Formats: sequence, C-alpha cells, structure tokens
Amino acid sequence: MTAPTTAPPMIKMAGVDKFFGPLHVLKNVNLEVPKGQVVVVLGPSGSGKSTLCRTINRLEPIDSGTIEVDGQPLPAEGKELARLRADVGMVFQSFNLFAHKSIVDNVLLAPVKVRKVPQNEALEHATELLERVGIANQAGKYPAQLSGGQQQRAAIARALAMRPKVMLFDEPTSALDPEMVQEVLDVMTTLAKEGMTMLVVTHEMGFARKAADRVIFMADGEIVEDSTPKEFFSAPKSNRAKDFLGKILTH
Amino acid sequence: MSLLSTYSGLFLSAFATTLKLFAFSAVGSLLLGTILAMMRVSPVPVFRAAGATYVTLVRNTPLTLVFFFFTFAYPLLKILKLDYEQGAIVALTLYTSAFICEVVRSGINTVPVGQAEASRALGLTFTQMLGSVVLPQAMRSVVPPLVSTLIALLKNTTVSAGFSVGDAGAIQSTLSEEGANMLVGLSWVAFFFVVLVLPLTFLQRSLEKRWSVAR
Repeated sequence: MTAPTTAPPMIKMAGVDKFFGPLHVLKNVNLEVPKGQVVVVLGPSGSGKSTLCRTINRLEPIDSGTIEVDGQPLPAEGKELARLRADVGMVFQSFNLFAHKSIVDNVLLAPVKVRKVPQNEALEHATELLERVGIANQAGKYPAQLSGGQQQRAAIARALAMRPKVMLFDEPTSALDPEMVQEVLDVMTTLAKEGMTMLVVTHEMGFARKAADRVIFMADGEIVEDSTPKEFFSAPKSNRAKDFLGKILTH
Repeated sequence: MSLLSTYSGLFLSAFATTLKLFAFSAVGSLLLGTILAMMRVSPVPVFRAAGATYVTLVRNTPLTLVFFFFTFAYPLLKILKLDYEQGAIVALTLYTSAFICEVVRSGINTVPVGQAEASRALGLTFTQMLGSVVLPQAMRSVVPPLVSTLIALLKNTTVSAGFSVGDAGAIQSTLSEEGANMLVGLSWVAFFFVVLVLPLTFLQRSLEKRWSVAR
C-alpha cells in the first residue's frame, strides 16, 4: 500500500447505526472530521448527539458501520481499545473526576498508569495544565471541595494530560450553574484556537457561533444539517433546524 | 483470678493460636474475596460464572462441613499435605472469602458508573480501572460490613477446636477434664474474645472517620 497523499480524517464515521433495544438512536451516520477542526453538534434532546459522541471512543458500541480515529478502525474491547482511548480525550457532563483522589492526582493518574510517564515529569505537566485552566491553587483539594466550573476545568486538564489527538465534549456545561458556564467555555475556546481537533455536543449557541468551524445539526438519530455556524444560524435549510432555532433563539 | 493464673499457659497458647488462625485467614480471605469480586464484575463471562458459582457453593455450605472436608475428604485427594492448623486456615479462608466477595461487590456497585467511564475514556485497562479507581472507592463504602465479616471470622475460628486445633475454642475441654469451674473459665474466654474484637471496632471507626473527610 502506498502512503496516502493527504492525512486521514481524525474522526471518520461511515454508515453507523446504533439501537437501544427497539429504539434506533443513530441512523446511518456519516461524518468526517479533519484534523484541527472544531465541530459543534447541536440538536434537541433525544436526537442522538450524546450517543454519537460516545460511540467515537466506544463507550457505546455500535451495531453496524465503521468508525475510524486517525485512520485506525476502532478495535474491539481490550488492550488495543484502551490504547486508542488514551489518544482520545473526553469530557463528561457530570465531570466524573475520581472522587477519592486530589485534583492533581486526578490529572496524574492516567499519564503515569497508562503512558508510564515518570512521576516528576507527569507532575510538571499536570501543574502546567492546571495553571492553564486556572485552578493551580486547587491542586491539593478533592473534587467535592471544588465548584462545578472548577471541577469541569480539572476534568479538561485530566483529559489533556494524555496529550490527546482529539477531544470529545459531551455537554460539558449542561450540569453547571449559569455563572460557571463561561469559565469552562473560555478554556474550550482557547483550546480550539490552539488547533485541537474537537467534537463538542452542547446547547451553548454562543460557543458554536464563536469557536466552531462547523455545525452539525442532529434530529431523530440523523445528521440533518452540516454547515458553517454562520450559515446554520442565519439560514438553516431544514424545517427541523428552523423549528429548533426558533425555540431556543426567541428568548 | 486464681483460675486464670493456674491456666495462664493454656489461655496464652490457645489465644495465640486463635490470633494466628485469624490473621492468616483474614489476609487470605480479603485477597481471595477481592479477586472473586473482581471476577464477578469482569466483562469475561467465564470469570463471572466461576465467581458466582464459588459464592453460591461456599456461602450455602455450613462452616463445619468445610472443616470436615479438609479433615477427612481433602487428604484423599493427595494434593498437598496440610496439618490440622493449616487445614483450618484454608477452610476459614475459603469460607470467609465468599462473604468478603459479596461485601466488596456491593461496594463496587455503589461507585457511580461515570467513574468507570472516565477511567476507560482515559485508556485504563479493566484491571487498572478496578485497582486505581473503583476498588479504592468501593472499599471506603463497605468498611462496616467488611469489619463485621472479619469479626464473624474471628469468632468462627473456634470451630477449629472441633478439628484437633488447640485454639481458644478448645480451652473448655481441658477445663472440664480437669474439673475447673466452668462458669469462671468460660467467662474468661468470652472476656478475651471481647478484648480481641475491640481493636477491630476501633479500626472500623478510624477508617470511617478518615475516609469520610477525604473526598
């Protein structure tokens, strides 16, 4: 095989179908995300956007179709999959910081255990990341002692500690008090500007407008629209997108 | 007091044996019980089935029967010769680990699924996830039942007395042979058991206190 002239897309989903029992949550999803692109996934609740995000690192296995990350097909459960997941950062709605470990230990754990980075080197990187997300002074505290916004920033630092090729955000601000949303979005915006490949499931239209290169609109398990933020917000093509935007943009 | 001084040698060696039985089988059953619990939550069906079968089989068997097995049936298998004390330790360990397994497993079930998801998303393997994230949190939530199981183990060691082991459960037979006052003698045995159990209760309290702050 000859080397491809262009780099493979960072994420490639082809003909992906997913069922929860009788419920068809992802219907023939095709999506390619090139390296460095920031994609925001919008859609009403139950449209399958979170599931789409979770299939990319196989937290949700799919029923048919293929998913590739950086040109490599998702392996089945096991060591191979763990290796691939190490390259894919994920940030959850409910933060999921390790409750029994301090913030800095949360950030250290995976690099030390998975990447076998020496402790002092990992600590240096962790401190740097915590500074970057603005919570270096909280490093010794436990997750429960932090505000939601601080916890989510710690979770972002934890994901970045693995030096991922791509970051997945599954409604990162949905569980936050309104006054804490911005501090998390600011971190994400910076990350986007630095060229990280990102797939962000969110309801934050401001972030989509400002930071996204591309907007995907999903409804009933299908990708209904795939356009630029400008196009999507000013001239949505489908009725479902118009309906959706009408509901959220009126107030 | 006079009874205690007359039989001080007997009490000392008997309770030393009790402590030895307890220490070895406590460590053994904590290890085996945790491994069994890991098997019961493993993604591999064979491990799950093996763990479940073990618990069903052993938990539903009387402890004396396990002892009978290691005294009379096991030697016929001619695998590895065990003396009475070793046999007792193995019997107690196998029996108690079934209970420890269920306690640990219930602890695992209290850990939110997001903790496991975050571990997997970071690239941790199943064993790393259990060892670094899930089990440490699971153990914190099951300190009281875990200590209860260990206290039951400490008291269960007395069954060994029926199988030629000279532990605290065997004190009464010497006392009664020699016509000592049983009321006084057995009260002393009970007293020393309380003394042995108390440190476990303190351990439980201090662990609970320490871990309630640290999260």
